[in-house]
Amino acid sequence: MNTRALPLYATIVIFLLACALAWTQFPNILSTRVFGNLLTDNAYLGIVAVGMTLVILSGGIDLSVGAVIAFSGVFIAVMLRDTGLHPLPVFALLLLLTGAFGAGMGFLIDRLAMPAFIVTLAGMFLARGAAYMLSIPSVPITHPFYQTLQGAYVLMPGKGRLTLIGVLMVAVVGLGMALAHRTRFGTSVYALGGGEQTARLMGVNQGRTTVLVYAFSGLMAGLSGIVFSVYTGSGYALAAVGTELTAIAAVVIGGTLLSGGAGYVFGTLVGVMTMGLIQTYLVFDGSLSSWWTKIVIGLLLLAFILLQKGLLRLSRGRLAGGGA
Amino acid sequence: MSGTLQRIAPQLIALAALVALVSVFYPAFLSVQMNDGRLVGPVIDVLKRGAPVALLAIGMTLVIATRGIDLSVGAIMAICGAAAAWALASGWGTGAALALALAAGAGAGLWNGLLIAGFGIQPFVATLILMTMGRGVAQLITEGRILTFTDPGFSWLGSGTALGLPVPVWLWLLAGLFVAALMRRTALGLLIEAVGINRRASALAGVNATVLLVAVYVASGLCAALAGIVETADIRGADANNAGLWLELDAILAVVIGGNSLLGGRFSIAASILGALIIQTITTGILLAGFPSEYNLVIKAGLVLVILILQSPRISAEWRLMRDSRRVQPKPAPAKATPTRPAPEDRT
Repeated sequence: MNTRALPLYATIVIFLLACALAWTQFPNILSTRVFGNLLTDNAYLGIVAVGMTLVILSGGIDLSVGAVIAFSGVFIAVMLRDTGLHPLPVFALLLLLTGAFGAGMGFLIDRLAMPAFIVTLAGMFLARGAAYMLSIPSVPITHPFYQTLQGAYVLMPGKGRLTLIGVLMVAVVGLGMALAHRTRFGTSVYALGGGEQTARLMGVNQGRTTVLVYAFSGLMAGLSGIVFSVYTGSGYALAAVGTELTAIAAVVIGGTLLSGGAGYVFGTLVGVMTMGLIQTYLVFDGSLSSWWTKIVIGLLLLAFILLQKGLLRLSRGRLAGGGA
Repeated sequence: MSGTLQRIAPQLIALAALVALVSVFYPAFLSVQMNDGRLVGPVIDVLKRGAPVALLAIGMTLVIATRGIDLSVGAIMAICGAAAAWALASGWGTGAALALALAAGAGAGLWNGLLIAGFGIQPFVATLILMTMGRGVAQLITEGRILTFTDPGFSWLGSGTALGLPVPVWLWLLAGLFVAALMRRTALGLLIEAVGINRRASALAGVNATVLLVAVYVASGLCAALAGIVETADIRGADANNAGLWLELDAILAVVIGGNSLLGGRFSIAASILGALIIQTITTGILLAGFPSEYNLVIKAGLVLVILILQSPRISAEWRLMRDSRRVQPKPAPAKATPTRPAPEDRT
């Protein structure tokens, strides 16, 4: 059995167990309505978590994504308010901007040889500050195209709504899976996360891969910002505080090794769904308060990190045993 | 003493330049008056408002010196503030509330330290767990409300005055002096630096790295508890959502401005505190000079970037290369590199 896939199996088992547990108490939780809402409510998180998965696989971290989501929302809202542009060119401009922003951070991380978390911390300040400079109060988005986007859904059997942004999230996960597991870029990312020295010796272009992976994360954060603005119908500079932590938690709960080099993009989707399920359960229960979400997610995070540690030790022990 | 002065000279110069710059926009910046036995003025305000970050920076300096990082200090502040407010609201009295808050901080630090030194989890990951969980725990204590209290003894810690200066200023001054003395008058500082430079080598040399690491995170938790007490006492209420929000970043920034390398090793607590004061002078200066406060974050980001470029092992290696290639001309050797700059090394 592949020990690397063990965290993924553990994640899937925990998700199914959580589903079963929720079902025994609230049979209605297993309906397409709840499922549709799960996708819609966590669409922005899922998209940003896919970008984060690749960054973490490459052995890095991106703390700027929450701020980039907030910036994207404010940027879109202000552009739509002050210029007569259609949302689509604004989206294109925004994605260009956030992609370039991510690429810039990747370039600095590679050139300065400094820890990724401090560079992206500066990026977080910068994006949040830029959002503040555009507008401090929340800006509503009233463009008719947004109403079309918000109203776009397919009715599933059982009256569940499969919304556009929910479908987009699933598509992005598919794209991330293809990118990570089927392309040369993906292989380079895994190699880089497995060990820089080895990756260099294998002929991986370290600088290019680092820049591209952060550019991808920036792009995903921008896309997530678009989805978030569709979801909330406004742009607010203080939105999505702490999303970077939730995204990291989703990636780790999804079975990706935080030190990089091992993991699956699909696991991230399961991680996001697990966290969404916890929230849904709390809503169904009604008597538990929202802060339990944070505590349970923290504990899950801890459990998975300890599981990873244990597996790492196990596989290392086996390697040493085999070599002796 | 002259060594310390030389070490903190860049920070002192930066602070002086900053004060001069703010004085250009707001000439009354340096004026201090005696009012009812209290010193008042913008400078005193900077010293007082900078207290939480200065306190956090003391603990963070030690953590970063061991090549670690503590992202949970903001959340620990919220927990300790909530614990103190809860104790006061339940009628425990000032002393018991203080003790409970400090115990909560030490407990949180112990948790971090055990995860890092005991289980071998990366510091940044281990403290991330408490960062996500901590605010939930704080909200659990306050039950999601903003707990307020009216305890004159406790509020004195946040807004009182002693010997002319606000109490928070005394708190960070004394805490800084105490920790600095503890580090430099004993071998503790040296041992912490040894662990930060190479944990394995120092362990082989007989340093109990595990205990030292746990102790460092406990110290950081205690500093965060003090900062949480100051903030809670100042507003006479515990806000689990906003207490200490993003202060972990300010604390890290203060330590980095203080010239301490994020790659561990040599540290200076005085320089970190000066870093905290520099940050607060920027914040207050922007407000006094009449600039919109939203510039604050962007300026901080620019500052981090400049410092990163200065600290980068790769850039300093290239800089050395450039200097060496210029040395062909018969010129006196350039000044030696600052001792804080890390040696060029490969990331492993």
